[in-house]
Amino acid sequence: MHDKTLTEISQALAAGTISSRELTQDLLGRIDRHDKTINSFITVTADQALSAADAADQARANGQAGPLTGVPLALKDIFCTKDVRTSCGSRMLDNFVAPYDASVVEKLKAAGSVSLGKTNMDEFAMGSSNESSFYGAVKNPWDLNAVPGGSSGGSAAAIAAGFVPAALGTDTGGSIRQPAAFCGITGLKPTYGRVSRYGMIAYASSLDQGGPMARSAEDCAHLLNAIAGHDVRDSTSVARGVPDYTEELTAPLSGLKIGLPREYFGDGLDSGVRQAIDEAIKVYESLGASVREVSLPHTQYAIPAYYVIAPAEASSNLSRYDGVRFGHRCDNPLDLIDLYKRSRAEGFGEEVKRRILIGTHTLSEGFFDAYYKKAQQVRRLIRQDFLDAFEEVDVLMGPAAPTPAFDLGAQKDPVSMYLQDIYTIAVNLAGIPGISVPAGFSGQRPVGLQILGTHFAETRLLNVAHQFQQATDWHTKRPAMTEENR
Amino acid sequence: MEWETVIGLEVHVQLATRSKIFSGSSTAFGAEPNTQANAVDLGLPGVLPVLNEQAVAMALKFGLGIHADIPEVSVFDRKNYFYADLPKGYQTSQMYHPIVGAGEVEILLDDGTSKIIRVHHAHLEEDAGKSLHEDFHGMTGIDLNRAGTPLLEIVSEPDMRSAKEAAAYLKAIHSIVTYLGISDGNMAEGSMRCDVNVSVRPKGQEAFGTRAEIKNVNSFRFVERAIAYEVERQVELIEDGGKVVQETRLYDPEADETRSMRTKEEANDYRYFPCPDLLPVVLDCAYVDHLRESLPELPAEKRARFQDELGLSAYDAGVLSASREMAEYFEQVKDLCGDAKQAANWVQGELSGALNRDGLDISDSPVSAEQLGGLIKRVIDSTINGKAAKQVFQALWNGEGDSADQIIETKGLKQVTDTGAIEAMVDQVISESPAQVAQYRDAEPDKRGKMIGYFVGQVMKASRGTANPQQVNGLLKEKLDALC
Amino acid sequence: MALEHAEVLRAAHLARIDLSENDAAHYHDDLGRILEMVDQLQAVDTEGVAPLAHPLDATQRLRADEVTETDQRDDFQRCAPQVENGLYLVPRVVE
Repeated sequence: MHDKTLTEISQALAAGTISSRELTQDLLGRIDRHDKTINSFITVTADQALSAADAADQARANGQAGPLTGVPLALKDIFCTKDVRTSCGSRMLDNFVAPYDASVVEKLKAAGSVSLGKTNMDEFAMGSSNESSFYGAVKNPWDLNAVPGGSSGGSAAAIAAGFVPAALGTDTGGSIRQPAAFCGITGLKPTYGRVSRYGMIAYASSLDQGGPMARSAEDCAHLLNAIAGHDVRDSTSVARGVPDYTEELTAPLSGLKIGLPREYFGDGLDSGVRQAIDEAIKVYESLGASVREVSLPHTQYAIPAYYVIAPAEASSNLSRYDGVRFGHRCDNPLDLIDLYKRSRAEGFGEEVKRRILIGTHTLSEGFFDAYYKKAQQVRRLIRQDFLDAFEEVDVLMGPAAPTPAFDLGAQKDPVSMYLQDIYTIAVNLAGIPGISVPAGFSGQRPVGLQILGTHFAETRLLNVAHQFQQATDWHTKRPAMTEENR
Repeated sequence: MEWETVIGLEVHVQLATRSKIFSGSSTAFGAEPNTQANAVDLGLPGVLPVLNEQAVAMALKFGLGIHADIPEVSVFDRKNYFYADLPKGYQTSQMYHPIVGAGEVEILLDDGTSKIIRVHHAHLEEDAGKSLHEDFHGMTGIDLNRAGTPLLEIVSEPDMRSAKEAAAYLKAIHSIVTYLGISDGNMAEGSMRCDVNVSVRPKGQEAFGTRAEIKNVNSFRFVERAIAYEVERQVELIEDGGKVVQETRLYDPEADETRSMRTKEEANDYRYFPCPDLLPVVLDCAYVDHLRESLPELPAEKRARFQDELGLSAYDAGVLSASREMAEYFEQVKDLCGDAKQAANWVQGELSGALNRDGLDISDSPVSAEQLGGLIKRVIDSTINGKAAKQVFQALWNGEGDSADQIIETKGLKQVTDTGAIEAMVDQVISESPAQVAQYRDAEPDKRGKMIGYFVGQVMKASRGTANPQQVNGLLKEKLDALC
Repeated sequence: MALEHAEVLRAAHLARIDLSENDAAHYHDDLGRILEMVDQLQAVDTEGVAPLAHPLDATQRLRADEVTETDQRDDFQRCAPQVENGLYLVPRVVE
């Protein structure tokens, strides 16, 4: 069962061919055997998982089962979970046991799903390779020398490694889509405000969005059904009805207008990636879609704008980690300032500190207008680029990342690491949804096709992604390590 | 050289909401430490703020009450700094787009004149917690119950020119917020706190001097004293050839002086930016109009009405409108007895005297407005005379009866106006006082008026205070003069 | 805009992060290059463009003024480094 999609598992549970307990035990066994290599989990919650599985089996016996009842999942360790450590990949929160569940965790529990644990991630979601985690790097199940991408690298790797059929991730600048691409899975970043951020530890509040990662678009639709919706505890969540995202999955694509942003096919794009994307576009043409080139003229400014806005928000969001009410506290502080300075210096890793310092500097007196205000103005222009493009086309397509997964330790320079997010980051600035689906390989490493839609176009994106997966089998490919036990 | 003082006030008013500005925790005062600090107030990871509707409504009521501009859009910003009792490392406040724009407050001065003090703006923000410095093995304890209590910070223009004006302004703000019911105004519990900006300049000079900010001056009296001290300090400093530095100072009421704070620390850089967890607050015109219509009559309007319609003096109108309780009490008494001046005299005289003596607020007065109104009614219709009225008041104060009428009855204080009865008493007193009558007769006619007092006293005594004094006086004069 | 070494130290102080001289030099180098990348923004003509703080043009919803929270002090303080009598303890703050 470990390489089946969530949809298939859901059907098997419904048919009674396997119980949730059996499945949960099986997957926990796999994690136990193989995750020492992959390092995709920070915390495995075996006991809670088994009792949740039993409860799910009981619910099913009572005739109270939904599509997620008894389905094993994993949660990025950025989502607060009651009575389970929530570390956010940081030493700062190594000892933090949240006294509450995030809204989406509550929803997934209510839907009867079974969480197997908390997945590894870049510290405070700051990174594109998962190497900034306090709990060590995660390895890409397709190639143990490669990164899984980040920041939701643990969730992506756990799915690819056959530990769970699906997981939650978060995406601030590509953190669902890029690891999904690197690990050969499907990952959806919903429209900003579609999924509650309550209990999801903030990195950059105006960009962060939680979303599903799974083995197919259909799986993502089931998960999104469970987690989307307005939350009175999150002022930025949108009060708007939630459709059944599975309903339009099979709608035909004839007449679909696809735009290819010229800027997403420029210099620096790996030729294997390019080739895979070109092939994918041809598949769409064969399904009746029309393709045209469009322009998103401010694309090159997305990374600079992001690296003002995200660190500025982060510098403020991360001020609460001060060693007073929770989290790491240094030994023998001399005074309050020393307590703050050493607790934070010890608790945060290098990338987090770098971003806090950048954000603090750009917000400080004399720099605010030149950096922060300017970046917010550019943010409006970037959003407008997308809105203009969606006047002409239904969806935009391109690569999720300029290269396939790079080698562990290959990106030593922060700026060149940041540039990896060139195709994903503007989406967060604009708040639109995007999905990455497996579209082949460059060498031995997976390539992700990114599909973008206008605000709240998730139904359309899932439909467009699902139809691709009906026409291709890239999403059914599994890394060699999952062959065991087959 | 003659110096002029320039003062501006930042008044922080805790709004009387049931729950906090961004969370559902209680704002009640005096709970056990940290029992009213929930995950949002503590700034735990992942939590988010949601704005309290009443905090917005109360801020708007204040704005409407001071005839301020109400911008359609206001925005919350983060003010970033680290402090032990500031849980998130930032305070959610409003820097660039406050909820209340420019307005005006009328203050009343002791000489009965009034002055307009301009309000620059008022903004919503969250309160911080409290640091307790009792001895926890040389550590400080942090209680975050207060964290997240809604504050309205009211920022004046530097329009005040004396400590008295500053105190009058603070009183005016106090009376506006309590009238509106948006704050309990309890300064002892910190519901109203005040930062004072003070500078001095040579009289006639246009440019402002360098100001010092005095933090957390938390009573009307301390505002006056802190300013007085600070003005003297600044003038002395300048006259001795020194310079005032722009700094934050703390008023120490025990030493009655201001002291420099945080001089060693570099200037703060709060890095304000719009709070990404909150969206712009956009006001609906109809909502604002609805609030405007629901406003009670405010002190300045009441004061004007007391003067114009009830004919009270500026001073009386000011005193009686200073607090909503006082004004409501007075108006009830007035309506019951039908005489505004009598009502004003009683409320400010006998009643206020007794309240002051026993240290009571008007809301705790043992004599209700109904009782006092009933009492005054009996003075006006001459059922009792003034002296008896004071006895009745005292009896009501002591709880010796439910109403003036009942006390008048049981104590037999009804005024005697029967001419025959009074005449009999007058005759008796004259016949029993031959010596005094002789003195009266021998006195110069212009001295007799004074001497009649003795006889009046005797008659009143004989009547146990119930005789009508005017009648007694008239009869005595008539009869004594007849003897001359 | 070139980044001064002192500005790195100032940001570290404002952000309450202890930095050794060595660390500061290292961060100075990284931050300088990040800001250089960010400086590309200056090439964009933003005349008359309103800053965008949130991706959706939504407005703030208001919550009814109700007390919905109960005392959970014990739960919340379980993850606190140092508490006594219900108070969070920090090194003595001198005012």
